[in-house]
Amino acid sequence: MEHYLSLLVRSIFIDNIALSMFLGMCTYIALSKKIGAAFGLGIAVIVVQTITVPVNNLLLGYLLGDGALAWAGLPDVDLSFLVYLCFIGVIAAIVQILEMFLDKYVPALYGALGVFLPLITVNCAILGGSLLMAERGYNFTESVVYGFGSGTSWALAIVVLAGIREKLKYSDIPEGLQGLGIVFISVGLISLGFLSFGGIDI
Amino acid sequence: MLRKQLDKIEPHFHPGGKWQKWFALFEAVDTGLFKPGSVTKSAAHVRDNIDLKRVMITVWLAAFPAMFFGMWNVGFQANTIIADMGMTGQEGWRGAIIAMLGGYDATSIWDNIIHGAVYFVPIYMVTFIAGGFWEVLFASVRGHEVNEGFFVTSILFALCCPPDLPLWMVAVGISFGIVIGKEVFGGTGKNFLNPALTGRAFLFFAYPAYMSGDAVWTAVDGYTGATMLSVAATEGAAALAQVGSWWDAFLGRIPGSIGETSTLGILMGAVLLLLTRIASWRIILGTLVGSAALSMLFNALESTNPMFALPFYWHWVIGGFAFGAVFMATDPVSASMTEAGKFWYGFLIGIMVILIRVVNPAYPEGMMLAILFANLFAPLIDHVVVQANINRRLARV
Repeated sequence: MEHYLSLLVRSIFIDNIALSMFLGMCTYIALSKKIGAAFGLGIAVIVVQTITVPVNNLLLGYLLGDGALAWAGLPDVDLSFLVYLCFIGVIAAIVQILEMFLDKYVPALYGALGVFLPLITVNCAILGGSLLMAERGYNFTESVVYGFGSGTSWALAIVVLAGIREKLKYSDIPEGLQGLGIVFISVGLISLGFLSFGGIDI
Repeated sequence: MLRKQLDKIEPHFHPGGKWQKWFALFEAVDTGLFKPGSVTKSAAHVRDNIDLKRVMITVWLAAFPAMFFGMWNVGFQANTIIADMGMTGQEGWRGAIIAMLGGYDATSIWDNIIHGAVYFVPIYMVTFIAGGFWEVLFASVRGHEVNEGFFVTSILFALCCPPDLPLWMVAVGISFGIVIGKEVFGGTGKNFLNPALTGRAFLFFAYPAYMSGDAVWTAVDGYTGATMLSVAATEGAAALAQVGSWWDAFLGRIPGSIGETSTLGILMGAVLLLLTRIASWRIILGTLVGSAALSMLFNALESTNPMFALPFYWHWVIGGFAFGAVFMATDPVSASMTEAGKFWYGFLIGIMVILIRVVNPAYPEGMMLAILFANLFAPLIDHVVVQANINRRLARV
């Protein structure tokens, strides 16, 4: 239990997927103008990440990995060159299914997430989460925890940035830095703030 | 008479005059010396002499007890070590100044202050010149006023430097703090991080060997020891009591950054800031409650990490805790704006500082990083508080 807890804390704060690995930057910067929208996107990322990372973990463990097909009597087959293709396919498919499911059964949530769901299909934080899971060799339970944790870390980062950007509306930024320039500087400063967790070893 | 002189040269600074570009500088000197002539005329406005300049100057004054005590302490530490190691004195220009004005007697208050001053004054001067350069440059080019906020930034930055920091690093740090931390957002009041802390954190991560907070900071070359925080981190509270008593730490007779050692001196500033209501008591209270709560929780846990057992009243007096809680956390620009939010903001700082000090072995000191972290969350806390307020009132409709 303690192991999973430390993995969770680690993936949320220390290895923050947006602020220490700089994954998912395009949506991170494009959709962080309003706290409400950022919050919705963050929830969507948490949901999708928590589902796709474990599914990809199963896929890797029973289909694609080296020797994973042993249960089918093919112990020498290594399909890991298909990892990228399959992961992306799985993510896109799951997002589609999730969208239809929400539309039918939870329309309120569907309305809230709206355009964000299809958008995060192409978010590199989602694919990055699955690939990091594969690289670090997590087992199934670990991958559930990691999926949830990395999604939460991204959501936390975008909500913080949105809060700061709402505050920056009142600032007087030099012409050349207006728009994206100041956002990049802000993200850098946020990242500096999150460095306080760097070096924690749990 | 001064007023007349200023009035005489004033037209030169107005648009079209020959020193038009320097209006910001003129304005700063003028309103710094005299009350501004213009008064807010629109309705429903507090009419009082206290404007942003007076607020900032009060903070500046409030830092004085900590500053003088810090200078004395730097000298006291250095002179004690010099006596212990049997050295004759400092070398170079610092030695020359000390020889001219005083000596190396650790029991003499004057000698200690002089010794501390030859370290502190250059740091402060460099901070002031380098930071002031950027401030005036941005003010002139962008046409806003030179702001007294800079006085506060500069003194806080200088006070949280270790005394043996190379002066060029001081210049780099304050430049980063002023330009990236403040001026790119449009100057005082428009930034979201405390500029002094941004500069300090930049130095901390750029030159960790000088700034990390575990090796000792005294003004003598070639002397190494440990700060109280790193003693506590490696050997625990029992060993800490052998280095110095709690009262030593409270009074400030311990090695550390210039302004942060004396909790007593900082408390004097705190009283002034609280009486004038410039610092928010909610933030300070939140910080104290948060840190006490989490350190008591850690005290209750069994662990091999000796920091777990350190009681909260030790946490309050060692390192930069008091300095940060009184001067840095209460910066009205980067803190939360709402009253309820201020308490949570302070609470977050308290939690984070204990968390970093206790759990993170890489950084013995956590106050600076904790405040920076809380600065990031301040707008979000405000948003939640405001939103909760809206919801509550909507429910009443």
